[in-house]
Amino acid sequence: MPELNEKQSVTVSPASPPPAALGKTDDGSQVTRRTFFSWLSIGWIAFIAATGGFFTMMLRFFFPNVLFEPVQTFSAGFPEDYQVGEVDLRWKSKYGTWIVRNGEGIYALSTTCTHLGCTPNWLAAEQKFKCPCHGSGFRKTGINFEGPAPRPLERFRIVLADDGQIIVDKTIKYQQEKGQWSDPEAFLKV
Amino acid sequence: MAEKKGLLKRLAEGQVWNSIFRGGGVPKSRRQRMMVVLNSVFLHLHPVRLPKHAVKLKFTWCMGGLSFFLFLILTISGILLMFYYRPTIEYAYTDIIDLAEQVPFGIMREIHRWGAHAMVITVWLHMFRVFMTGSYKPPREFNWAIGVILLLLTLLLSFTGYLLPWDQLAIWAITVGSNMARATPFIGSEGPGASLLAIGDINFVTMSSDIRFALLGGRFLGEATLLRFYVLHCIGLPFIIMIFLAVHFWRIRKDGGISTPV
Repeated sequence: MPELNEKQSVTVSPASPPPAALGKTDDGSQVTRRTFFSWLSIGWIAFIAATGGFFTMMLRFFFPNVLFEPVQTFSAGFPEDYQVGEVDLRWKSKYGTWIVRNGEGIYALSTTCTHLGCTPNWLAAEQKFKCPCHGSGFRKTGINFEGPAPRPLERFRIVLADDGQIIVDKTIKYQQEKGQWSDPEAFLKV
Repeated sequence: MAEKKGLLKRLAEGQVWNSIFRGGGVPKSRRQRMMVVLNSVFLHLHPVRLPKHAVKLKFTWCMGGLSFFLFLILTISGILLMFYYRPTIEYAYTDIIDLAEQVPFGIMREIHRWGAHAMVITVWLHMFRVFMTGSYKPPREFNWAIGVILLLLTLLLSFTGYLLPWDQLAIWAITVGSNMARATPFIGSEGPGASLLAIGDINFVTMSSDIRFALLGGRFLGEATLLRFYVLHCIGLPFIIMIFLAVHFWRIRKDGGISTPV
């Protein structure tokens, strides 16, 4: 029975002297039980650490540091370029932003529908933004009034640069339902 | 006639045959036939014997078999499509048009698309059949769990493949689909618990570090997303689904073969 032999070869019988007592061997080839388990532990710890390290690398690998995406901050020209009462569509396709000017000033609306992220259309005749995907409707202010959209369109940070041009920063958003539209940088007084 | 039989017999007893088919020789007994199946890496996944009444179309609907057949069709047609399709914003859409209009047998792309739709349907029907016949009950409960994973993988393959034509339908479907990932608990930037993972004012789960970001390869659907979905669709998910398929088939045999009608 080869199985039995193998078993015998690795079993230290209780009658034999304790491993430490085995001491040195003539040729140093004999591995004591203690040495064996030390190396085994080191081996396993190293293996688990390496595997864990690689899985961490793998996870982090999916989050790139540099994004090849359109810039998020853009110069939108001078306030005089925008007519009072108009929804300006010139930055819609490039930057996903509507610039709207009313009697008091200018605000930048996100073109992302708050329902599921499609792009609504500005219907000038009906004075509303209408989403083609599921029919959400928004007033010129961005307030939702029909369809499944649960909240108003978001506004972007809008400020004047030193040269008098409008800067729209899409990385900072203002949400009406959080009371953020009253923030001074959510609305550019002209 | 006799000479031909001799040739076959000589082949079956020769070294070439015996090195390929373990066990060797022409199986003569039931046991030998069984050993041929058990000794083949492909055949051993399959039960050695099937009860005749268990494979009645009325009972199985053949939905599992059809699902696997469609998987093979999709693998072959998919590999063929890869010879022409380039996953970049510049070429993706026009390559699909090229595949349909110019490449010989442009129907290959239609086979892939319709096959994909069909596979989603057959996998659901297979699940329905297994449920209605009670074939998920012990000892097959683990295989049911494997089957649920296979269903999810099928849907993910369908989802990732949907983006590749890079047309309006694809872009908006994935925009909508990936926006749902924002609401994932803890690892989605707008999901419950995401704001708990913060130190002071510094939020760790943001639009630039959540699960949606990892899925899209950016904050918005773009070139990185197309490449990511392409790799997942062509390599990542098929690799995973094949492992689970092997386990699924093997477990049918190990769990006592195909279930029988009550």
